[in-house]
Amino acid sequence: MEVDDLEITERPSAKAHDNGAVTIKRARTQLIPKHERERIKRNKQAQRDYGRGNGIDVKTIKDKKLRRNLKGLEQKYKQAAESAKDAEILLENTSGFLEAEEELERTWRVTQNEIESSVSLEASKKRFDLKLDQLGPYQFDYDRTGRMLLLGGARGHIATMDWRQGKLGCEINLQEKVRAVKYLHNTNYFSVSQKNQVYIYDSHGVELHCMRNLQEVTHMDFLPYHYLLTTLRPNPATDFFPSDVSTGKLVSEIRTGLGQPVSMALNPWNAIVHAGHNNGTVTLWSPNSTEPLVKLLCHKGPVKSVAVDREGRYMVSCGNDRKMAVWDIRMFREVNNYFTRTPASSVSISDRGVTAVGWSTSVTLWKDLFVKHRKDQIKVESPYMTWGGEGKSVEQVKYCPYEDVLGIGHDEGFSSIIVPGAGEANFDAMEVNPYETVKQRREAEVKGLLNKLQPEMIALDPNFIGNLDLRSDQQRREARDLDAKPVDIETDIKNRMRGKNSALRKYLRKQRAKNNIIDEKRLKVDELWKQQQEQNQERRQEKAAELGPALGRFARKEQ
Amino acid sequence: MKIKALSRSVEAYQPAGSKNSKMPKNLDPAIHPFERAREYTKALTAVKMQRMFAQPFLAQLGEGHVDGVYSMAKDPNSLERLASGSGDGVVKTWDLSNSYDKAERWHTTAHENIVKFNYTTPYNTPSESAPLSTWLGSASWSSLSHHRSRNSFAAAGGSGGVSIYDLERHTAAPEILSWPNATDTINAVAFNQVETSILGSCGSDRSIVFYDLRTSTAIAKTVLTFACNAISFNPMEGMNCAVASEDHSVYLFDMRKVDRALNILKDHVAAVMDVEFSPTGQELVTASYDRTIRLWNRDQGHSRDIYHTKRMQRCYSAMWTPDSKYILSGSDDGNIRLWRANASAREGIKSARQRQSEEYNNALVERYKHMPEVRRIHRHRHMPKVVKKAGEIKTDELQALKRREENERRHTKKQFDRRRSERDKVILAKEK
Repeated sequence: MEVDDLEITERPSAKAHDNGAVTIKRARTQLIPKHERERIKRNKQAQRDYGRGNGIDVKTIKDKKLRRNLKGLEQKYKQAAESAKDAEILLENTSGFLEAEEELERTWRVTQNEIESSVSLEASKKRFDLKLDQLGPYQFDYDRTGRMLLLGGARGHIATMDWRQGKLGCEINLQEKVRAVKYLHNTNYFSVSQKNQVYIYDSHGVELHCMRNLQEVTHMDFLPYHYLLTTLRPNPATDFFPSDVSTGKLVSEIRTGLGQPVSMALNPWNAIVHAGHNNGTVTLWSPNSTEPLVKLLCHKGPVKSVAVDREGRYMVSCGNDRKMAVWDIRMFREVNNYFTRTPASSVSISDRGVTAVGWSTSVTLWKDLFVKHRKDQIKVESPYMTWGGEGKSVEQVKYCPYEDVLGIGHDEGFSSIIVPGAGEANFDAMEVNPYETVKQRREAEVKGLLNKLQPEMIALDPNFIGNLDLRSDQQRREARDLDAKPVDIETDIKNRMRGKNSALRKYLRKQRAKNNIIDEKRLKVDELWKQQQEQNQERRQEKAAELGPALGRFARKEQ
Repeated sequence: MKIKALSRSVEAYQPAGSKNSKMPKNLDPAIHPFERAREYTKALTAVKMQRMFAQPFLAQLGEGHVDGVYSMAKDPNSLERLASGSGDGVVKTWDLSNSYDKAERWHTTAHENIVKFNYTTPYNTPSESAPLSTWLGSASWSSLSHHRSRNSFAAAGGSGGVSIYDLERHTAAPEILSWPNATDTINAVAFNQVETSILGSCGSDRSIVFYDLRTSTAIAKTVLTFACNAISFNPMEGMNCAVASEDHSVYLFDMRKVDRALNILKDHVAAVMDVEFSPTGQELVTASYDRTIRLWNRDQGHSRDIYHTKRMQRCYSAMWTPDSKYILSGSDDGNIRLWRANASAREGIKSARQRQSEEYNNALVERYKHMPEVRRIHRHRHMPKVVKKAGEIKTDELQALKRREENERRHTKKQFDRRRSERDKVILAKEK
């Protein structure tokens, strides 16, 4: 057997004695051969990248049949992850990069012209500017495959184009205000929020639908797997609508009642809507509840723009307080925050985690604001790239899917810039195919409609479907009982408070650690705490008064 | 500065002049969101499709018989030949490779009375010919079974024993195997197809007896609470056998350990008349007096499917075809019916993609079977009103019994006894 012989002297933990003996801090007691160790390491990586969480411990299961079945399943899952890792060798493309070679080079100093001249001819064509200074500022959207570009000038100009070939699809002038544009499930349909209503057009610019119940919508987004169009209307009432475009039905209409919502983003991982409000909170909504799932105080002022990464782990929000904050939305904890020189107008996160922030006339791109497998995220010192300073005030930034391209809509038209390392290099043709033929597109549409997800499946944890309901029978019955008395939070907390001192205090301590989660319980606890404090204060004052002016200072502070 | 930007050429993915575009895959979970929800939706569609295409009944064979079909047998060397015997003494053989209405190959009036069991079938003799040889028993025969390889068969009847006849020596006296002092009629006898010298019988004295030809003795006997109508050995696991009981259930036994049932299959609402293991040894088919046929998994307690038609009367026999894809049933109305073993399966050649999607759909249904909606659709069957009602009444009665027993337990000394499991309860006595 091969015995692993690391160069002991090079290890910091090892120290040679006079007689040549060496102490090793962490001596390996097992003689695992090198190839075996590599295999174990590789399997671990496979589980991390392709696994679906921890397996179950089958040894504890008493039922023989169940144990055998589950053991087989676990083995299958393990194998699946490992063979997925092995299949990595078949991936054709590697993602782009922009790296400094010398110490004094800075990636953010690289201009678009330099990039254009040093990338391949094919790639350099992806940088272009459209000068459309008559009807701007421009909103825009790429379709799911990233092939088509939809432009919407605020003064009524709508155009679609195959931007790689520079071919115009359709062009219409609506002669009324355009608030937002959005491609639906494929390049054949797009929706435009106009002065009053939301309209759906086909690829030739023919009006197909007018959605009369969606009035004065400022933000639109689309859930391709659910076929839901989510819209946001700040004025006059603050409403939020998801509606099903395949049936034309309004799925739910929710009044936020939390001040004007001014920005919206969809979490592509769990289809939850993130709405940013004028009062600095970001609220999370699903169509299944009229209450927000989470309220998050992000900024001291209106939240200008929100974006969520593709795996639904991190959120980047920009506010009028000139702050850009990165949030871990699994724990609702702020990771880091950065400043923008002026309030940002738009933020977008690419597939590989490059964040673009558009503010006044510039766009700043940040890389590694969050890294998937890093435990503690590091505050990034300098941006990855920059663009702008040419007097074009940025309206919207958005990445083109599966490309190293960032689209920028501004008041003088549209600019497409190259951002090396932004796009996912290897697409899955069965999921989204940027090079699909007409027949494939049609097939995908039929399949998509057959497998349309129901709005009831939207929840913070998208994998809750298929899980076993582990609640007890009693708990389930209580949940079903509509006549039951609502649980009184006050008594609930008080009941939990055994002993004189610590329960409320401990509870508060824990709650305050996650100080951004403001739920009903938290409010109640705060109120209770305040009451107690006031009572204590009063008692102390009484006691002090009793003791008189000289001895009053010795009145004991009640805990 | 090192710079590289993504550039894919369109030609690489859509080669000019070729219809087939490249379909690369990337298994990274990050670009496959809503994995579970999408899979579940697919499973729901798949299970709906399965039920939509569930059409188990294929055909009835020829004109059937004039009287009820009480016995059926298949040719062990052929996929398509089978024989059936009816109550008026007519034996017919059938060939499934013909069209179903012309499936009859040969027929003869073999007996004066009800035909109970037959096995070997002559192909080349003309119809209505005389039998090649005749054996006369002391009482009526109730069941026959042929040895797997040797040229002999076992016949059982009223004498309480099993007679082994040698086909090569027509006139020789049979070898008789019996449990000492057993006198009651034997209802069914069956040879084991794996351990070929073992055979089992069940009698009207509620007993199941196993015999060994090599030592010419009976090995084990167990007495159940009810009499059994049929016995069938598992063709893959030779030690296991199934018996069809009068008490509406089927019991699976390990012949080495007969003091406990391996499994109890409960769903029928009348006596089970016939049972047979599938050639794969994984599934069973039963024919019942409640006019239905049920299909079972060997290791599950309830049936996976129920087959019935409006005109099918009491079912007396059911069997698998040797390719385990179809089921044949003979009933009191004189018809032999051919069914699919898997109701939603379809015959014919399938393309690879079709097969693949079928397998994928089946796997999906299997995976999400526990979800309420999927389960509901998966288990939904149309049942004859009578059967459904009878099932409900039976459940009520059983519950009442159980309740009474529990009450009794609660107030008597019985509460200190251990509860006996259902699988133990069926055994009245075990003799060795």
